[in-house]
Amino acid sequence: MGPTPLGWYLALSAVLFAIGVLGVLVRRNVIIIFMAIEIMLNAVNLAFVAIARSRGSMDGQVIVFFVMTVAAAEAAVGLAIILAMFRNRETTNADELATLRW
Amino acid sequence: MAVDVAIAAAKALFIVLLVVQVMGLGVFFERKVSALIQDRIGANRAAIFGFAGLGLVNTLVADPIKFLLKEDVVPASSDRLLHSLAPILSLVPVLVTFAVVPFGDVLEVGGRVVNLQAAELSIGILYVLAMVSLGVYGVVLAGWASNSRWSLLGGIRGSAQMISYEIAMGLALIGIVLTYNTLDLQEMARAQGTLLWGWLPAWGILYQPIGFLIFMTAGIAESKRIPFDLPESESELVSGYFTEYSGPKHLMFMMSDFVEVVLVAALVTTLFFGGWQIPWLYRDGFHFPFGGAVALPSLAVAVLQVTSFALKLVFFTWLQIVIRWTLPRFRYDQLMRLGWQGLLPLALANVVVSALLIVLWSGRSA
Amino acid sequence: MVGALGVSQVAFLILAALTVLSALTVVVHRNPVHSAVALVSTLCLLALFFFALDAQLVAILQVIVYAGAIVVLFLFVIMLLNLQAQSRATGGPLLVAAATLGGVALAGLVVSGLGRAAAPPAAGVGAGFGETAALARELFTAYLLPFELTSLLLLVAIVGAVALAKKADG
Repeated sequence: MGPTPLGWYLALSAVLFAIGVLGVLVRRNVIIIFMAIEIMLNAVNLAFVAIARSRGSMDGQVIVFFVMTVAAAEAAVGLAIILAMFRNRETTNADELATLRW
Repeated sequence: MAVDVAIAAAKALFIVLLVVQVMGLGVFFERKVSALIQDRIGANRAAIFGFAGLGLVNTLVADPIKFLLKEDVVPASSDRLLHSLAPILSLVPVLVTFAVVPFGDVLEVGGRVVNLQAAELSIGILYVLAMVSLGVYGVVLAGWASNSRWSLLGGIRGSAQMISYEIAMGLALIGIVLTYNTLDLQEMARAQGTLLWGWLPAWGILYQPIGFLIFMTAGIAESKRIPFDLPESESELVSGYFTEYSGPKHLMFMMSDFVEVVLVAALVTTLFFGGWQIPWLYRDGFHFPFGGAVALPSLAVAVLQVTSFALKLVFFTWLQIVIRWTLPRFRYDQLMRLGWQGLLPLALANVVVSALLIVLWSGRSA
Repeated sequence: MVGALGVSQVAFLILAALTVLSALTVVVHRNPVHSAVALVSTLCLLALFFFALDAQLVAILQVIVYAGAIVVLFLFVIMLLNLQAQSRATGGPLLVAAATLGGVALAGLVVSGLGRAAAPPAAGVGAGFGETAALARELFTAYLLPFELTSLLLLVAIVGAVALAKKADG
């Protein structure tokens, strides 16, 4: 697909996605977990845009537009939830926010 | 290929130099115009061999040297990396925005037609909004990294104010985008050369007067100038978010303040006052509507247009300085109320009314 | 493939290395504010990739929305909660090792799977690909329903976030 092959973009997207998964699994602070989720979403965006370019169709970019909007909405609500939980329990450690466990 | 790179570099250098000159002029105006308004003389003590130049030597030579030679004090408990990064994040986005501001029409040199705009982006206006969004980080990180309560308060207030007025600014720009049907600033400046009723240049202010007021207000609020300078409020928060900065970093913050003044002036000029347009001046010379034409070479036309752009820049810089020294500052809740409950609904109404008028009067649909 | 590397490929490799480095900084660094700044740099680098892929509007939206608004929101929450550098940032070493292994395995799986898959039919891009007009045309004709639903979603998110974050008084 031109100078840089599509495979390189998809490989970069896979690596970034894996880094995001690593962040979600390893970190204990819920805000950092949230940031790792954003990295995963961005990796997927990159894959969509690269494939849209390769196929010459705008559908990929439209989907990226929607992913960005939904991510913004999710970030707002998620951070509000974190604020409310912090107000209740004074902690942002995922290990301590475990009252739903049996 | 190499010639293209050289031309692009020359354009970028030219616009940066122009901005820095106008910024210097702005700093000088700040001292002298405020002195005139407050019925005093202003800074005129520094002199080179007795030549004080009405305070030019003081403002443009002595002050920068003073800032650069001061000791760079970093608070012990501060975050060093972020403390040093914040002035850069404050200054660079503002300077880079000038890449899309057109300073002339075209220049025909050696058979090439050079578009007098440093970067020809099809999404010019959105690039401006993006850089303004990135400018928030300088404020927020400066407030946080200094690890002092004045800075933190100033930083949080400043960033909340900036993101609130970004929205009103963006919505005011939508009206202009609807009017000119393009996102590219050079196309907008060119479109303002058409004549209404045969003689009136169709400048943006005629199409979008409310948009101009909203944009000007939001722009002054974005650059945190009085009357919106509570994040910095020299009499309340010591120095707000750049309390803990001294020396060159403080100079960078002051520079970014004045460069933003010039940026607001440049955007207002390009969007609402024709940019580089001189009424009735086209690429081959003057064509007056009441008869008569003066033919001019391309170089002379370009020089006239660049001069007119520079003069309009200086005028709007001066206007913002006069506004600064005239109005008292807003209280913080008044500021936020103005942004969210005043400018935002007004800008939304502006968009709706503009779209309605465009569809009805010019019959332009999809 | 590695024979003759053109300028754009070298640029891609350098930018990709920087992106991976900043993404790693986000998930590894102990100070949340530094993680947020690293996230901003990751997002801006990705915007550069989008520019290279002929997606100008999406790239600039990435900077305006993601880097300019969402991460500012993150920073606000971090500052409001006054999160300092964490002393015990990650779970135990066993978890870190297992997760790293899993992450590498996942990346390897996806890359090898892609290498084996047939390439999608390569098509040229028309004029105005990735421009605002092209994207807007798609949004307002073929994707009108998702567009309207997304605006509804944003409204719900605004109301929800305000309701959740308000202090419960009486």
